[in-house]
Parts: sequence; structure tokens; C-alpha cells
Amino acid sequence: MRVVLLGATQGMGRALARRLAARGETIALLGRSRRDLERSARDLELRGARSPVATAECDLEQPEGFERALDSIEDQIGVFDTVVVSAALFASQAELEEDPELTRRLLDLDFTATVLFCEAARRRLLERGGGGTLCVFGSVAGDRGRKPVVLYGAAKAGLAAYLEGLDHRYHARGLRVVCVKPGFVRTAMTAELKPPPFAGEPDAVAARVLRAIDRSTPVIYAPAPWRAIMAVIRLLPRAVMRRVDF
Amino acid sequence: MGGRRWGTLESVGERLTTMRRTPHEHAEHYELISGWGGQPVRARQVRTSDLERATRGAVLSRGLGRSYGDSSLPPSNHPVVVNTTLADRLLAFDPDTGLLHAEAGLTLRELFEVFLAQGWFSPVSPGTWNVTLGGMVAADVHGKNHHVAGCIGEHVTRLTLRVADGRVLECSREEEPELFRATLGGMGLTGHILEVELQLERIPSPWIIAEQLRLRAIDELIVGLERSAHDWPFTVAWVDCLARGAQLGRGVLIRGRWAEPEEAPAGVPTPYRRPSVPWTMPDGLMRGPLMRLFNAGFYAMHRSSPRARIVHPQAFFYPLDAIAHWPRLYGRRGVTQYQCVLPRAARPGAARRVLETLSERGGASFLCVAKDCGAEGTGFLSFPMPGVSLALDLPIRDDTPALVAALNERVIEEGGRIYLAKDAFTRREHFTKMEQRLKDWRSVRDRWDPTHSIRSAQSERLLGNAQ
Repeated sequence: MRVVLLGATQGMGRALARRLAARGETIALLGRSRRDLERSARDLELRGARSPVATAECDLEQPEGFERALDSIEDQIGVFDTVVVSAALFASQAELEEDPELTRRLLDLDFTATVLFCEAARRRLLERGGGGTLCVFGSVAGDRGRKPVVLYGAAKAGLAAYLEGLDHRYHARGLRVVCVKPGFVRTAMTAELKPPPFAGEPDAVAARVLRAIDRSTPVIYAPAPWRAIMAVIRLLPRAVMRRVDF
Repeated sequence: MGGRRWGTLESVGERLTTMRRTPHEHAEHYELISGWGGQPVRARQVRTSDLERATRGAVLSRGLGRSYGDSSLPPSNHPVVVNTTLADRLLAFDPDTGLLHAEAGLTLRELFEVFLAQGWFSPVSPGTWNVTLGGMVAADVHGKNHHVAGCIGEHVTRLTLRVADGRVLECSREEEPELFRATLGGMGLTGHILEVELQLERIPSPWIIAEQLRLRAIDELIVGLERSAHDWPFTVAWVDCLARGAQLGRGVLIRGRWAEPEEAPAGVPTPYRRPSVPWTMPDGLMRGPLMRLFNAGFYAMHRSSPRARIVHPQAFFYPLDAIAHWPRLYGRRGVTQYQCVLPRAARPGAARRVLETLSERGGASFLCVAKDCGAEGTGFLSFPMPGVSLALDLPIRDDTPALVAALNERVIEEGGRIYLAKDAFTRREHFTKMEQRLKDWRSVRDRWDPTHSIRSAQSERLLGNAQ
């Protein structure tokens, strides 16, 4: 496997990259901070990734840099066959409602910029490798419009619809799309939040995601119980959803 | 531990997964955190992989919280602590020399998983692998091989610290040596440990050869430990403190060494899963006849002549991890550990007198471990000294503070001292009396942190509020 990861210096992406490293895969990291990329690259090399781990600066907020970053990765590791996107921005509904600029930024990043990056990755996977795997972290928040995640959920719902369409359109040409829908996972982002039932650990999520990549599972919930939880939430009548707070 | 709190579904929805934080502050989440022995306090943990940012102006850093008492708990008037466990990257490793450079939140378990198969391992292992490098340095931990390897600090070559004035700097035996010495065993009070450079030990194989033999009394055990120390790098003794009369302190001596390649089984020992205590058990389970029976059974299981066998290194080094969350067995009030070291220069029978003080006071310790200690370490406050260390697990009861005070008085009389990583109840005047090196350590701390802005619940208890 030759894997490019965007957002793998932290959290679930970091855990997934370490599992890939332990298998001796060829890894390339994209991220915002040069220093962070270098440190993560050394970490992955020492954990077994093929050395050297490639790095290139790439900020989701600057889509004009996507092609350049992917060019740089191709210069370093050649044609890649798997792309993983775990970078995203989160803010609570209350914060977003107070701050239209933050709302614009979140919608841009979690939908528009992520889709643009996926498009750039998709083109390369199809043109250069004749297919491959595109694994993108969505969220259970995208499964239904809900009070606490109206805006964030909308962006993630759009992303999920895009990924499903991509799967339908390009499956025959060899593109495998994996949409990851994490529930609550204990990472730096959720550090100050009260963990709910079924909160997951990044490494356990990573194990599930890696299996999904290996088997080309189109949609994967992690931790596993969230699949059932969201199945129930999707079935609740509107009258109920208006009353409850989740 | 510290009581898992079920959130409402509202918080489930509201706090869904994210990978990048907004500059906005989330509502602050306070949780119950405790040392390994229990006794939780309400505090907020700042968790991030960017320790350099998080420790700016922070009052204390905390790793996996395996110290038993309040070493890793923030002071009561500032209940916020930086949690280092997400800063766990390996930064450099030289396969020729074994020199490792890593972030402070890296765990010993990760070291085990990554390096054992490559023929390298930490030269010092405490009784659990659920410790971070930063925590190991802060407590200057020791292991079964203290008599030959010393504490972890003897193998630390460089530290990156955020000191109280906000600077990030490096210290070592050459660079800021006083700060370096004060930080080894300094319980995180001289600065936040951000990165650690550690000399790993080359091992002949990843397997252990161990023998166990039983001995009839504490004095025999201590002689056994001393004698075994000549031939064996790893020695430890399990002591039955519940046996009565002449049998007080009978026990099992365990000694081991790394297996040579020709003795070792093929393959690499892989980490295995272990059972867990799922809930806090009813109070009073770990008491009385049941424990006496267990101890007698454990003693009877062993022979009085040794027989060598191959042992999985996880089982050999980390008996404390054999059952996850075992302090839950001690009920809601939890457990404390009393660990002291008694100098070899003390009058003979010092260990027996400590055990007698325990049983006179009606204290019951289900688990007691004796270890042989070698030379004093580089750290100003490093725990071991040449002699024998005793570690007693004590269920927390109303009279535990008084029992600890009585044990402390006995230890002061014998010229010994206690291990801060285990302590939850020692009083300030006892600590001052047993720790002659405190003045040197304090002068370094005062120089680097005159206002004592870095402090812990333990430092307030043992050094005073004014510190």
C-alpha cells in the first residue's frame, strides 16, 4: 500500500497511520505544520513505516495548494493507491450560531475544501493508478439533522452524499470509497468534553477503519455501537426529534 | 478510576468527533481524577498532543496517573492539570547505540511493543507498563534491577523542560546539571517534562529466565535478596504480612535475568490481554480471613528449592497489570501504598520492626513486596538508597493516616525514607525529618520557580501551602 494521509498528525488519523506503519506500508503525510509533520514522520518510521515517510505542507483552508502538495508527494513516493482524509474542523452549535464567520469557515472546510481535496485525489487515483481507495472521515452527525449539530451535521451530510455518489459513479473504474462515521472518540478535540456512553479510543477506531480499507467497506461506523444508535435515531419521527435534545 | 460519568445523549450529539479545534473555548469539562489508589478530586484535564503550547503557564503535568496518592493531582485552588498522554511520539532512535528520544507522554507499554522485538528495552521497569516516560522521570522510578541498574534517571541523558518562567530548555549532566538532578525524582515540580532522551538497554533475547523459591521469614528473605543480587539482575520478594508469629514475613523470592538467545523460545513475546475488575467492589472485600487464605495458598504453591523456567516478560515485569483496575477490589475508599527504604546501615531487623509496627497497629497489608536497593541515584530526591525497600498495600480506613504516621516514625528511627510516588498520607514534619536532601532540592526549585507556580496537591501537603 502507498497511502497519503491528510490530518494524520493527530487523533484518529495518527492512530491509523501507526497501524499502517506497523504493517510496513509506504506512508505520506499532509498537514499544516512543517514541524508537526516532521515529528510524526519520524514516529512512523520508527514504528515500521517504509523510510523515509514523505511529507508535504497542505492546509485544507487553501485549496489552491492541493495539487502542489500531491505533486510533491508523488515526487517522493511515486504513484499512491490510497488516500485518507481525517482533517476537519469542529465547533459546537452554540458557538457557530453566535459567529457567522466561524460558520462560513466550518462549512467551507468540512464540505467545500474537503470535497475539492477528494476530487484532486480521485483524479490522480483514477488516472495514474487505475483506481484505488479514498477513505474520508465523515461523522454520525451527518446521518440526521439534529439540534446540537445542525451546521456541522449539514456539512458532514453533504460530504457523505458526495462520497456515496462518487462510489456509484467510479466503482466500475476501480475507485473504492470508504466513508468513516465516527461517534464520540477520545481525542485532543473532545478532551474537555464529557465522554458519553460508547465513547471510543482512537486506536480501536483505527483498527476498524483499517479493516474497512482492506475490505473496501463503503460505510463504516466506529465504535461499532454507533451503527445501531444512528439506525434508531434515523427512525425517530419528526415530532420526537423536535422535543428531544439530541 | 475516578468514577466514569455517563453523559446525556445531548452531549453525545453536541460533542461529536472533530480533528481540529476552533479558537473558541468549549464549556469547561470537569471530571473526577485520582491517583491509582483512588480518592478522586474534581479537576479539568487539558489533553493535547502539543505539550509545548499546553504547558505554558500550567500548574502541573500528569501522565497516566499511576502514582498512588496525590502526586499527579493539581492543587485545590487551581484544579487544572495538563495530561501528557497524547504527546507520545518517538522522535529519534539510533539502532547502533540504543539512544531514544521521545515525547514525554510515550508509555512504557509502547516501548515494549516497538523495541523488544528489535532487541532493545528500557533499562528500568517499574511494576506497571502503564506509565509515561515523563512520569517515570518525575518519580525516578526503579525496578527489580535497582541493585545493578539504579533508577531510570541513571539512563536519562537529556530532558526538554518548560520551566516556570515560560522558557523551554534542555538539561542534562552537562547542561544545567542542577536542574537536571532536581528534575529526576522531582515529581514534576521543577518544570513540565516535554521530551526525554533515554539510553535503552540491549537485551540478548526478549524472554526472561526466572526462578522462585519460598523462604520462611522476613530476615531470611532479605538475606536471600542480598545474596541473589550478586548473580541475578532482577530480584524481588513477595512477603506474607498476614502470617502470624514466627511466620510473619515468610515469602517467595523471585529472581530473573534476560534469557540468552540459545535458551529463548523462538518468536517474540506478544502482549496478551488480561482480566479486569469491571466495577468498584464492595468495601471490606480485601480484608481478613480470605486474604490470609490467599496468601497461605500462594506460599504453599512455591517450593523451597528453585527451578528455572522461561517467563513472558510482560508477566515477569508487570505483575501489577495482571488484573486491570485492581484497586477497585479495595472498594470505594481505595487503597494506598506505603513504600519505604531502610538503609543497610540500619540495625539488623529493621524490616521486621516495620512489619511489627504494622501488625501492632492492626494494619493489614494483603500485598507486600521487598526489594534490594543499590546506590543512591543522581536525582536530589531519588527514592532508593542502599538497603531494602518494603512496599505495603493498605486498604484506606479511618485510621490509615495514623498508621502511616506510626510507620513513618519507625522509618525515621531506622534512618530510612518514603517513596513520594506512592504516598498519600505522610505529614509535612515527617517528610522534612526523613529527607535530609530536601534543602538542596529546594534551593534549585527556588531558583527556577521562585513563586512555586508549578505545584501539586502533594507538594502543598508535604512542603506547605507557602511551599
